[in-house]
Amino acid sequence: MGLIGGVSLVILALVGIVEAFNERQIIADVISMGHTLLLLTAVFVAYLTAARSRDLGAGRSLGNVLLAGLIMTGMLAALVLIGQALNLRQVFINASPTLYQMLIFHQESLGVGILLLLGSGLLMGFLTSLLHSAPVPLRRVLIIVLISLVIGALLQDLLQPIFGLWDPLTTIGEWVFETSGLSVHGAITLAVLVAAFAALWDRYSQTVRTQIRSLPSERQRNLKWGSIIVGLLVLLVLPNLLGIFLSEVLTIIGLYVLLGLGLNIVVGFAGLLDLGYVAFFAIGSYTVAILTSPEIGSYQIGFWQALPVAIVFGTLAGALLGIPVLKMRGDYLAITTLGFGEIIRILVLSDVLRPWLGGAQGIARIPKASLFGFEFSGPQEIYYLLIAGCFLVGFVSWRLRDSRLGRAWMAMREDEDVAQAMGINLVSTKLLAFATGAGFSALSGAIFATKLGSVYPHSFNVMISINILCLIIVGGMGSMPGVIVGAIALVGMPELLREFAEYRLLIYGAALVAMMLLRPEGLWPEAMRKRELHEG
Amino acid sequence: MPMLEVENINTYYGQIHALRDVSITVDQGEIVTIIGANGAGKSTMLKTTSGLLKPRSGCIRLEGEDLTMLRPHQVVTRGVIQVPEGRRIFGQLTVTENLDMGAFTCPDKQKNRDNIERVFQMFPRLKERSKQVAGTLSGGEQQMLAMGRALMSNPKVLLLDEPSMGLAPVLVDGIFDTIRKLHAAGTTILLVEQNARMALQVASRGYVLQSGAIIFSDSAASLADNEMVRKAYLGEH
Repeated sequence: MGLIGGVSLVILALVGIVEAFNERQIIADVISMGHTLLLLTAVFVAYLTAARSRDLGAGRSLGNVLLAGLIMTGMLAALVLIGQALNLRQVFINASPTLYQMLIFHQESLGVGILLLLGSGLLMGFLTSLLHSAPVPLRRVLIIVLISLVIGALLQDLLQPIFGLWDPLTTIGEWVFETSGLSVHGAITLAVLVAAFAALWDRYSQTVRTQIRSLPSERQRNLKWGSIIVGLLVLLVLPNLLGIFLSEVLTIIGLYVLLGLGLNIVVGFAGLLDLGYVAFFAIGSYTVAILTSPEIGSYQIGFWQALPVAIVFGTLAGALLGIPVLKMRGDYLAITTLGFGEIIRILVLSDVLRPWLGGAQGIARIPKASLFGFEFSGPQEIYYLLIAGCFLVGFVSWRLRDSRLGRAWMAMREDEDVAQAMGINLVSTKLLAFATGAGFSALSGAIFATKLGSVYPHSFNVMISINILCLIIVGGMGSMPGVIVGAIALVGMPELLREFAEYRLLIYGAALVAMMLLRPEGLWPEAMRKRELHEG
Repeated sequence: MPMLEVENINTYYGQIHALRDVSITVDQGEIVTIIGANGAGKSTMLKTTSGLLKPRSGCIRLEGEDLTMLRPHQVVTRGVIQVPEGRRIFGQLTVTENLDMGAFTCPDKQKNRDNIERVFQMFPRLKERSKQVAGTLSGGEQQMLAMGRALMSNPKVLLLDEPSMGLAPVLVDGIFDTIRKLHAAGTTILLVEQNARMALQVASRGYVLQSGAIIFSDSAASLADNEMVRKAYLGEH
């Protein structure tokens, strides 16, 4: 275990991610995000070691964990030593002196630094071992505190504009945060608060829940509606609270939620693995662009007239794609749809179609949408358009899921042959799944076009399809709340953590592997999937 | 007029001639069995009847109505339901949800409730496990569920494809008891089985299929006495 951990740490250090993260402070001047990342990885490995050697007795288990810690830091130390002696930069461009400096805690002398590094490994192992043997509630509280400290520091950007709203809040904000990262006293206060809250929640959540359940049903319903209305109000005022940059992030999340909900119908409900989903997004965008922009074509109608046309086009394209792939299953379907996505992208890029589709330059000057004199111009306004779209699409897919068609999709996903033997018309059921998903995708494409004001072929590459698929898998196949959670995790977080951008794919990969191992049903799974994976 | 009539069908898999001029009839309320070795074309025969495969020539009629050119789901709505080989229940759905899925073609809710009651009466075990995920049922229970699911759509003819396949001998007896019960309730059944001995015990008539063609047809009792059948399919010398 120690070896595996050591190798992962060295890899993390060598790919440069640690150094990149080092810019960001978790607790100002005490611990940086690079250190945190290494520490978290090491703690995770040590914890696994402790869990694995539980049966060996306390002494040996502790020994094992300490050994693992020593091996991991030992490998980092070896990296530093080798790096001092040889120039590794020819192979690993990120193996820079800064990295070594950081690894030995910026100590003047190499010896002291390495001893410190090894010592920290032992200390980490000892603490993890303690954590592992701590009673369950205490352990949970400690883990929650650690995680919330990291998240708290990471979300500094997110919180800053909120602090700016109200003077007392500003004071609190300045006290808790330094320019980058939490201040020491801020971190301690936050830790104590979170710990107290977590401990209280641990003790009383059960009672609160039973109390709510024992309320008369009418009050329960009022409570439920009350929380829904509060949630809606928060959604509505959010962009004004968060400022332009975060609203922009929100609109990107919203766009992906919209796309995710659409693909969720095709992949999650009907079980048809569609990798060319971006094609319909492109069709929606280009339809709106051609119909509204003065640059191309002879039409210049408004966004609201173009929107239904875009949706109809998308839906038809979905059905058209569906026809040739009716008999395909699984991998074959995935490859064919992948090809379709590329065909559309290459078509809009092509010089032959340039007079109609704009070629590589795309189409610009797409007018903004407006409704009753309210113009959806900036991200703060587009946000409402997206919220409306998400609600519409969410409502439609929720109703569809529980409909006859939804049941047919489910049967088809489980077993196509039997679905047919139950009297389900596979042809129309499949085509409807493709068409509905494509329609939703075209809707988001249309909003995307007016949001950017221009469309370019390179916005519609295959990565978009794959991103959407990833967020569905991470959120939980077939689950609508899962799509939202997945979009926030996979699209929102990287936008917030700019340092991540370079390592986005690495993190995607790691997240997917971790998800499949630890929580294969997704973050917010549909009831049925959960059952399948945990009972069956 | 017979309930189900299959007349001179010829089915091909590409170039392979899988069924040669096969004709069978099944009367109302009757159990008819098709026995034959592996690869004789028994499953092909059922798949052609239920519309999953299209014959190149020949004709399939239900109470006189031509089903030959109908698509599989349309055949289901006419009342010919296949219980596929290897049970193929929806493993991740509960027992009740599986049964509901069987009633897909039938929009009448009250009728569906009655049908579920009827299925539960016939298979009390399924009622005990109605909330259980179907994949966790035993093999025998899964076969019951597959049959129950088929019954949900009020079939006129039930096509059973190897219901005893992969089941322990004790359970095989149970499955054939079930088939007798279905028969007693008036269901018309076309049964395809490798277990010829059991099949000939429950059926009233039988066909012997060899290399895609019917080589014998007789009452089940006389087939069971037939020298050649005894040698080839019942394993006697």
